[in-house]
Amino acid sequence: MTGAGLKDATAVVGIGQTPFAKQLPESEKALACRAILAALDDAGISPAEVDALASYTMEETDEVEVAKAVGFGDLTFFSKVGYGGGGSCATVAHLAAAVATGQATVGVAWRSRKRGSGPRPWKNTAVQLPTPAQWTRPFGLLRPADEIAMLTRRYLHEFGATRDHLFNVALACRNRANQNPAAMMYERPLTRDMYMTSRWISEPLCLFDNCLETDGALACVIVSAERARDCRQRPVYVHSAAQGLPAQHHGMVNYWNDDPLTGPAWTAARHLWKHSDFTPEDVDVAQIYDAFTPLIPLSLEGYGFCGRGEGGAFTEGGALEIGGRLPLNTSGGGLSEAYVHGFNLINEGVKQLRGTSTAQVPGAATCLVTAGEGVPTSALLLRT
Amino acid sequence: MLTPVVDDDGAPFWEYAARGELRVQACAEPDCGELRFPPRPCCPHCHSFDSEWRRMSGKGRVWSYVVPHPPLLPDYAAVAPYNVIVVELADAPRIRFVGNLVSGPEAPINSIAQERIRIGAKVQVVFAEGEDGTGLPRWVLERP
Repeated sequence: MTGAGLKDATAVVGIGQTPFAKQLPESEKALACRAILAALDDAGISPAEVDALASYTMEETDEVEVAKAVGFGDLTFFSKVGYGGGGSCATVAHLAAAVATGQATVGVAWRSRKRGSGPRPWKNTAVQLPTPAQWTRPFGLLRPADEIAMLTRRYLHEFGATRDHLFNVALACRNRANQNPAAMMYERPLTRDMYMTSRWISEPLCLFDNCLETDGALACVIVSAERARDCRQRPVYVHSAAQGLPAQHHGMVNYWNDDPLTGPAWTAARHLWKHSDFTPEDVDVAQIYDAFTPLIPLSLEGYGFCGRGEGGAFTEGGALEIGGRLPLNTSGGGLSEAYVHGFNLINEGVKQLRGTSTAQVPGAATCLVTAGEGVPTSALLLRT
Repeated sequence: MLTPVVDDDGAPFWEYAARGELRVQACAEPDCGELRFPPRPCCPHCHSFDSEWRRMSGKGRVWSYVVPHPPLLPDYAAVAPYNVIVVELADAPRIRFVGNLVSGPEAPINSIAQERIRIGAKVQVVFAEGEDGTGLPRWVLERP
C-alpha cells in the first residue's frame, strides 16, 4: 500500500442522538437535523464547516434536504451505503476514507428512522427487496426474522447451540439497557422464564430474539486526527475499517452456496484484522449488530473471537456481561436500547472509549463495532 | 398468497415448473457444465453465457425449516403457524430450494404437523395443479 492509509488517520469527535421511543411526534427529517446538530455541537464544529456526508441507501432524508436545513457549507463528498443495517459502519468508513485522502475535511454520518411508528418494510410487497424474492416469498418466507430463523435452525442443528445461548445474548443486552436511561427497555428487566415462555415470531426465534421497533435518529462527526486534537471531546480514532461482500453471497437468504453459515462477517473480519495492530484478544468491548440474537454467535465466529461453531458456547458463564470475556452491546443494542439500523452501536462504541458509557468497561481502549451480519456488511475497530 | 415476481433469468424455471418439471440452470459449455441457482446471465465458473435447464430427480432432504407466526401478510396469517423449509437436492447438494412441506400436492402449507418435520428428512417434489399453487414446487415426505 502506498500513502499513509486509513489507520488512525481519522477520528470520531462528535456524537448526537434524539430520544428513542415507539413513537416520536417529529418527522424523520426533523429528527435527523436534531441528531446531526447535537453531534456537531458535541464536537464543537460549526455546520458551515461540514463538507462530507454519508448515510444508508434506506435513509429517506437525503443530502439536499439535510444540508439546506442545518446550514452545511459546500459539500465535496457524499455517499450512501446499501443493504440496510449492513451499511452502518461503512458510513463512517467512507467518511474516514474521504477525509484521509483529502476529499473532505469534516464528515457527518447519520441515520434517522421512524421504524417504531412507521410501516414494516416487509409489508410492502410492491417493492422487491434486494433479495431473490421470487424464490422465497411465495412460500411464506416473508420477513427478515423468517430468513434469519432458517439459518438459525440449521446453526443450532449443526453445532449443538441452544436457545439458552440465544437467551444469553438477549439477557446481556437487556441488562445493559437496564443501566441506560436512554434505552427503550431501561426499566424492563428480562428473565429466562419470560424468554422461554414468550410468543414465537418465527420458530426457532421468539419475541426476545428480535430487535425493537424504534423511532429515533443518531449522527456522528469524523475529522482528521490532526483536527481531532483541537476538538471539544477526547478523539476516538478509526483504527481499521472494512466492508464485506463474500464471493457467491446471496444476502439474507444465503442458502445457495457451499457454506451458508459463513457469512459476510468473515470477509469483513479478514480485511479488518489485516489492517489492524490488534487481534480479537485485544478487544476490550464489542458492539455487535443485533437485529436478531443469532447474529451474535455468527459474528463472534466471523470476527475471530472463537472458532467456527463455538459462538453459542462462547456466550456461557456471563461472557457477554460487564466483567466477562467480551462485554457486548453496552447501551443495550438493537435488542434493548433502540433499533436504528445499528447506528446506536457506533455511538456507544465512541462513548466507551471516551469513558462515558452508562455501562462503562473500566479502561476500555479498543472497541469493535459491527454492522448487520447476514447481508453485505461493514465493521470498525475504534481505539482511544 | 404471493405469486413469484419473475425476472428474465428466472422465467425458464417457472415455465418448466408450470409443466410439472423441476429444472435447474446449468452452464452449456461442454468443459464446464456447472449447475447454478438462483439463475443468472452467465456462468460464475467459466463465464459462458450459454445455459441449459437440466431436469432434476426432485428428490432431496430437509436442510432447515422455520415456523412463522403473526404478524404476517393477511393470507399467510390466516394459515399460521405453517412451515417453510429449505430442501437440499439429492442430485446436487448445494442447489437448495425454499418451499413448503405439505401432505399432498394440493394441501395447504399448514397441512403437516410441525413435530413431523426434521432436518435430514427425505422429501420429493410435487407440483400443485389447483388455482392457488399453479407452478409452485412443493415437497412431500418420502415416508409419510
